[in-house]
Amino acid sequence: MTRTSQSIQKGEVLLAVDQVSLSFGGVKAITDVSFDIRKGEIRAIIGPNGAGKTSMLNVINGFYHPQQGKITFKGQTRSKMRPSVAAAQGIARTFQNVALFKGMSTLDNIMSGRTLKMNSHFFWQCLRHGPAMAEEIRHREFVEDIIDFLEIQAIRKVPVGKLPYGLQKRVELGRALAMEPDLLLLDEPMAGMNLEEKEDMSRFIIDVNTQYGTTIALIEHDMGVVMDLSDRVVVLEYGRKLADGTPDEVKADQSVIDAYLGVAH
Amino acid sequence: MDILFKILIDPFLQMGAMPDLFVQTIWDGFVTGVLYALIALGFVLIFKASGVFNFAQGIMVVFAGLTLVGLYEMGLPAPLAVLVTLGVMFVLALAIERVVLRPLVNQPDIILFMATFGITYFLIGLGELIFGGNPKQMITDQLFLPRGAIEVKMLGGFVQFQKIDIAAAVIAVVMIVALAVFFQKTRIGRALRAVADSHKAALSVGISLNQIWVIVWFTAGIVALVTGIMWGARSDVSFGLQVIALKALPVLILGGFTSVPGAIVGGLIIGIGEKLGEFYWGPLVGGGIESWLAYCIALGFLLFRPQGLFGDKIIERI
Amino acid sequence: MFYRETGQFKTNYAGDMAVFPILQDRIGIALILVVAFVLIPLLGSDFLLSSVMIPFLVFSLASIGLNILTGYTGLISLGTGAFMGVGAYACYKLTTLFPEVNIVVWIVTAGFFSAFVGVLFGLPSLRIKGFYLAVATLAAQFFLQWCFTRIPWLYNYNTSGAIEVGQRTLFGMNVTGPKASLEARYMVLLTLVTVLTWVASNLMHGRIGRSFMAVRDMDIAAELMGIDLLKTKLLAFAVSSFYAGVAGAAMMFLWYGGGEANDAFNINQSFLILFMVIIGGLGSMIGSFFGAAFISMLPTMLKFGLPALGIPLAGATAEHLTYILVGSLIIFFLIVEPHGLARLWQIGKQKLRMWPFPY
Repeated sequence: MTRTSQSIQKGEVLLAVDQVSLSFGGVKAITDVSFDIRKGEIRAIIGPNGAGKTSMLNVINGFYHPQQGKITFKGQTRSKMRPSVAAAQGIARTFQNVALFKGMSTLDNIMSGRTLKMNSHFFWQCLRHGPAMAEEIRHREFVEDIIDFLEIQAIRKVPVGKLPYGLQKRVELGRALAMEPDLLLLDEPMAGMNLEEKEDMSRFIIDVNTQYGTTIALIEHDMGVVMDLSDRVVVLEYGRKLADGTPDEVKADQSVIDAYLGVAH
Repeated sequence: MDILFKILIDPFLQMGAMPDLFVQTIWDGFVTGVLYALIALGFVLIFKASGVFNFAQGIMVVFAGLTLVGLYEMGLPAPLAVLVTLGVMFVLALAIERVVLRPLVNQPDIILFMATFGITYFLIGLGELIFGGNPKQMITDQLFLPRGAIEVKMLGGFVQFQKIDIAAAVIAVVMIVALAVFFQKTRIGRALRAVADSHKAALSVGISLNQIWVIVWFTAGIVALVTGIMWGARSDVSFGLQVIALKALPVLILGGFTSVPGAIVGGLIIGIGEKLGEFYWGPLVGGGIESWLAYCIALGFLLFRPQGLFGDKIIERI
Repeated sequence: MFYRETGQFKTNYAGDMAVFPILQDRIGIALILVVAFVLIPLLGSDFLLSSVMIPFLVFSLASIGLNILTGYTGLISLGTGAFMGVGAYACYKLTTLFPEVNIVVWIVTAGFFSAFVGVLFGLPSLRIKGFYLAVATLAAQFFLQWCFTRIPWLYNYNTSGAIEVGQRTLFGMNVTGPKASLEARYMVLLTLVTVLTWVASNLMHGRIGRSFMAVRDMDIAAELMGIDLLKTKLLAFAVSSFYAGVAGAAMMFLWYGGGEANDAFNINQSFLILFMVIIGGLGSMIGSFFGAAFISMLPTMLKFGLPALGIPLAGATAEHLTYILVGSLIIFFLIVEPHGLARLWQIGKQKLRMWPFPY
């Protein structure tokens, strides 16, 4: 697997969120939040329920349009963007409540992540021969690599609606990976999992990060996981940024302790 | 220019030139709208309580009317025929709950929607099998409904108000008020509103869904009977009415599937809009635009308010 | 015992991705094609061709079209009848204006006109979803139906107000008009249906089919993955209406041999095709055929089957009974198997794989 856009070097800012505010009617979901994500890092976004974490991800990949502020991705600044355009630029994500295509097989789900990279003509699609078939096989090979990587060979042809929750989460990760994203957003990848599944998932996340060099931003409630996995952490509360820094810095931050981590730490 | 004049200016000049005709058209539209609203009302009741897009509501109207007339023709006195028809509607509600809704609980919406198609076909077949396929006269006199018309002199001409139309409007208002009271003030009404909000939550506090469904479908059946009588009195009773009954659908998308006021306002907008359109703009394209104008009005509204006039704005979440 | 895939290994992805990966399935399809192309035209009676096979094929094509829209893309349409009408009238105008061009070419071309109209009426689908969209497609149904009867140019100012199918030939044989033999019409229709089914199946197995299903299953996620919703939905409308259009043209020219829009392309036709799709199985090619077979043959079976069993039926009563039965059967099938006949077929095949040792 080769990565295409290498114009941004490791460690430089890949995505910058600049003073973004978002509200629904009178309800403020995000107020004046700024932070950045650097190329190649694992960035965690944490905060209590309702802190605006998922809304933040939705803003980043263009599903919500913030009223104020701007977002710079790969050097391009924008305030409003359609989700499909964000995807084309290289932002992929998974969802808090698994958002797989339930009627399709695991293979088809992951293959659908390749849609943007496939462009054979409608005519050839009708015949399913020539360029269309060649393209299909090429991408199938890529997808099979992901299936091997995630160790889900056995469920290749099972409709995902029938899979247990943990596997669904894994397929969803596979679908996001199939997009070969520059930035991968993971919304609570380990919610509702048992310890073993969490360990598996953590391993996949680290492997994605180290093997493919994919930049990852994740939301997670399990503090142990967050502190172990991430390079830097941003803490949100009531839509505002509370703290930002390495796991150790955040752990030591008094306002974070007061607001979130509580006395246990 | 000529064509623009004909579309944009001429109709309004006509309205101004003959205001009595204009009022007459509005009144006709108003009454049609009330009847559309009544069909839509039965639909909204069912959609709110059971989440079923009841395609059969229009057919229930015809079926109820046909049963009433058919029973009368078989020799039952009119009041008894009304009672028996009510009984039939109750049995129908019971049967639909038992045979259709209960086995299909938890299925996707489209499956239930299709099931109401099945009900539609079943009722058409059953009605025609028992009562014959010929159009029938509504038993207006026997039900003590007024006949004839009042002519009012106004605006330099005469405007005709059919007494039956006035009666229809009054009865519609009475029924809507009665339903509102039923929903707001009674125990069953509260249960209905609870079910409309959340099936599971309602179940968890001990409301019997099956019972509620029977009640709701029966209520919709009563509304259907009243509508059927009114409609039958204005034209005749036959399953040819089903295409007209489909007009309740644009009313619904205009008003929103869950809003009773929406059904009423939507009905009036569609009824009046359609009559005005047909009368003043129809001749420009050869007439007959009544058959689709309602849908286009509704479609136009939808493009600006996808949730209908009275629906809540949808915030999509993931 | 015979239906088993044991020992059939795939050594490349192309083999694994075939539409029928199992040998027995391929044999089955070949058999069906032989029967349809050779045995039925040679041995079948006129009744079989005219009252069973031709209606079945026309409706199959229309249900494939609607299934692409409703079953694969999740957009309910109640306007299929009207889109079929667009195809029929487009074909009529084309063959009147250019009678020297082969009629089969025009039947297929008519599909593109229908596709265009379908896209126009599909435009609201971006903002309107679910049942709201279903009602919106009624606008297409009634508006187009009105056009068919009110614009005399469309029916060439015929006094009857209907399409009058002239005589057209293919390879020197009459294929339309009163002199065309049933066999010729059947063969043309069968070829059309076979080719178009193959194309539809190809489309649904590739990138386009996947993006359709993605939009159906979770449109938001599809959009966040870079699938352009409007384009995808419009493409679905276009492909679907294309099939409906060809079906409509075929219906007029190869089956009815002329007729009027209010009879052929009315709202009941739209409903009927929706039934076929639902009863057959949403999102299943073979289901479209099952549904079409079931719904199109049911009235015929009742009409001729019941008297054969000794139950006498008057014409009108038969019609009423048909309504009751169709209604009841729809409900019955929805209760027994909401995923349609196609799912029953799948379960049957699964059982057959195990048979006779189910453990």
